[in-house]
Parts: sequence; C-alpha cells; structure tokens
Amino acid sequence: MSWYSTLIKSSVGKKAVMALSGLFLCAYLVIHLIGNLMLFAGPEIFNSYVEALSSVKPLVRAIEVILAGLFLTHILLSVKLTRDNSTSSSIKYDTNKAGENSGFFSRNMGLSGSILFIFLVTHLSTIWTQFQTQHEAGNFYSIIVGKTVGLGNPYITTLYCIAMVLLGFHLRHGFQSAFQSFGIRYNKYSGLIEGIAVFFWLIIPAGFLSIALYFGIIGAG
Amino acid sequence: MKVILKVWRQNNAESQGAFETYPVENVSGDMSFFEMMDMLNDQLVLDGKTPIAFDHDCREGICGTCGLFINGRAHGKIRAITTCQLHMRSFEDGETIVVEPWRAKAFPVIKDLIVERTSFDRIMQAGGYVSIKTGGTPDANAIPIAKRNADESMDAASCIGCAACVATCKNSSAMLFVAAKVSQLSLLPQGQPERVERAINMIAAMDEEGFGNCTNTGACEIECPKEISISHIGRLNREFLKASLKG
Repeated sequence: MSWYSTLIKSSVGKKAVMALSGLFLCAYLVIHLIGNLMLFAGPEIFNSYVEALSSVKPLVRAIEVILAGLFLTHILLSVKLTRDNSTSSSIKYDTNKAGENSGFFSRNMGLSGSILFIFLVTHLSTIWTQFQTQHEAGNFYSIIVGKTVGLGNPYITTLYCIAMVLLGFHLRHGFQSAFQSFGIRYNKYSGLIEGIAVFFWLIIPAGFLSIALYFGIIGAG
Repeated sequence: MKVILKVWRQNNAESQGAFETYPVENVSGDMSFFEMMDMLNDQLVLDGKTPIAFDHDCREGICGTCGLFINGRAHGKIRAITTCQLHMRSFEDGETIVVEPWRAKAFPVIKDLIVERTSFDRIMQAGGYVSIKTGGTPDANAIPIAKRNADESMDAASCIGCAACVATCKNSSAMLFVAAKVSQLSLLPQGQPERVERAINMIAAMDEEGFGNCTNTGACEIECPKEISISHIGRLNREFLKASLKG
C-alpha cells in the first residue's frame, strides 16, 4: 500500500491520475459523438439506436457509474491541485505579462473546466433526465431537437456551442499535457501524439458543434 | 536616457513592503541593468537613504544568484539571459520599469528584492547528488556514454538554479528546476545507484517546501536563461512514476 500512498500523495502522482481520468473521458467522447451523429440519419434510425442501447441497460448503467467516477476523480483532483497552487503563491505581481510566455487557455484550465462542468450539469439535468423519464414515448429524436430542453431552445444551443468551443481549448492543452504527466515525452512519438491530439481537440468538438449548429440553427425548421 | 524605476521596498521578512518610485537620469544604453541600479544606489547613499538590496554575484550569467521580475517578465523581456545580462538599451527613454522580487511562498522576501532560496538547497540535499566514487577526470573519449545522453545531460546540467522557472510559473512550481537536476543524473552512469530514491525524495522535498503543481503552461522554458526544455519535466514525471511503481 505504501507505493500507492507515496504516489497519490505526491504532486506528480495526482497529476498522473488526473491525466488518466481525462484520457478515459476523451475516449468516451468518441463513443458519444458516434451516437450523436446518428441524428443526421433521421428520427427513425436515431430512435432505434437509443432503443438498442436500452436493451443492454445493465451495461449502460455500468458505464454511467464508471463515467461518474471518472468525472468525480477529474473534478475533485483539479479542485485539490488548484487549491494547492493558490497556497503556493505569495503576493501577486504588480505587473505580470504572462501572455508573453504562455497561452491563455493553458493558464485557465480551471475556468474552461468550470464552464464545462456547468454544461455537464445542465446536460444531465435536461437531456439525460428526459431520456430516462420519457422512455416510454420512444421519441428521443424529438427531445433532442425540441424547444423544451433540446436544440430548438436558443439558450440551450448557445450554451452547447460555447461549451464545445471551450472543450476544444480544454483538450488542446489537456490532451498533450496528459502524456507529459505520464512522462511520455519522446521526440519520436511527439508527431504521433500531436496528430491524435488534433483529432481530440479539433475534430471531436467540431463534430458536436456541427450537431448543435445544424439542429439548433439551420435545421430548426 | 532617463528611466523611472518603480521598485519593491521591504525592510525585512516580517515587514509590509510597498513600491517606491525613483527617477534615474544620465543612463547609458550600454550600461547593464545592475550598473544602472548601482548608480541609483550611489545616489541614494549620498542622499542619506537606504540603498536597494538585490542579489548578484558573477554578473556574467553563470552563477544563478541574480533574479528580478522586470516589467512583468522573469529576468526581463529578453530571452535566454539572466538579469545581470540585461542592458539598458532594451528600454525606451523615459520608460517606467517595474522591478519586483521573485514571488512564491517557498521564496519569502528577506529585504527589498532579495528572496530566501534555501528551499532549493533542501531539495538538492534530498537527492541531487551521487554518493559513489567517480575517480579522477577520465579521458574524454573513453567515457562510455552515448553522445545523445551526454548532450541531454549537459543541457540539464546547465541549470544555474536562478529560480526564474518558479518565479514565472502561475503555480510557483519548481518542476523545471527539479527536472533539470534529476534528468542530468538519470542520464549518466554515475547517477544510477540512487536513481529510484532520487526521483521520489526530490519530489517529496519539492512538495514539502510548498511549491505548486506543474500545469504544463511552458512559461518556465521560455523564461529559463539556459533554455532548459520542459521535455526534462516529462523525464522527471517518468522517473518518478517508474520509481514509485517499481519501488
């Protein structure tokens, strides 16, 4: 047990766990996006896809529990690390040109993460809850495009779009940082990691954004 | 040229500090920043005031003693230099220059612009050494170390411990400093016997001293006067994780 306590008590160990939870959440985004893209195939296919998921309910519930664990780990560790960081600083500089040596989003992962957290809570309390409570009706497509909690609601669409842009910036810094936290930093792999990173920070959020833009603005009618 | 210095003044570690403003005239662009400070201090002494205390030693950019936060940048805005290598030609005539000490909980201000950096010494005592006998200086080409490793180790060894990395980090993290020290020794055969303990003990000492966590912003490598890459932080993470998993 001592190796584990040494690891988790250390700053580097906490970062590694944070990175691991983040990468698993990234992997989930891929599955989630594939499911969401079925919206483009029309109501019938999308509804039957959600029905098919319902037929493996225990598996879905197990994944949801794992996801909740991953989110909690990622969020609680980020709060702990941020609090440690704030106590490690003394008086703030009178003049600090941090913008000349680092990127805005790399310095403000807590800010982008917090807004993503607000989105996550909204997302779960609206779409996810409706999917559970209105399961009998079977028309999941109409929940997504509807005006109540769906993309027919301009407030929901706006929050969705802001969250997806921020997700992109969050992952742009976070994905590659995860590999740095694991110590996977070799010149021969840097190109490969950068390539995979582009998939996660650009392609995945753009995929989600395309759904919001299409159903929220273009395809509203 | 003329400049206006806005300098942090603080009597001792316990007292409250504040900025004071001093106009400095007849400054030559060829003066170093410290020569300009010396000139100001001479004037302060003549006026019966207390001169500004600041750390300096070699004034050649090799000892790592000096370090000031100048106009919002560690060691000033010029890359790959220490404060002593900064010249007044880098500033505009009539410019206001804000001069602050390194800010970090692990570096309390002792007086004016001087901070206590013994926390770095304690991290070094935790593992930044080799205890084996390495003998006399061997023939250069007879050392069985790959060129690539020797080069990387030398890059890490160029760390002068000036602490600009901590000063510029938004989290006051000492990861680049510790990474340089661990990296330097982990790449050489002489560093192998204590490799596992070194990574664990130096990270523990770093955490103990109250330095923050690395969030990979990369500011440290930009401000490092020796341009030490954050790839060494990657190696430190690897060394630590391997050490704590393998034991």
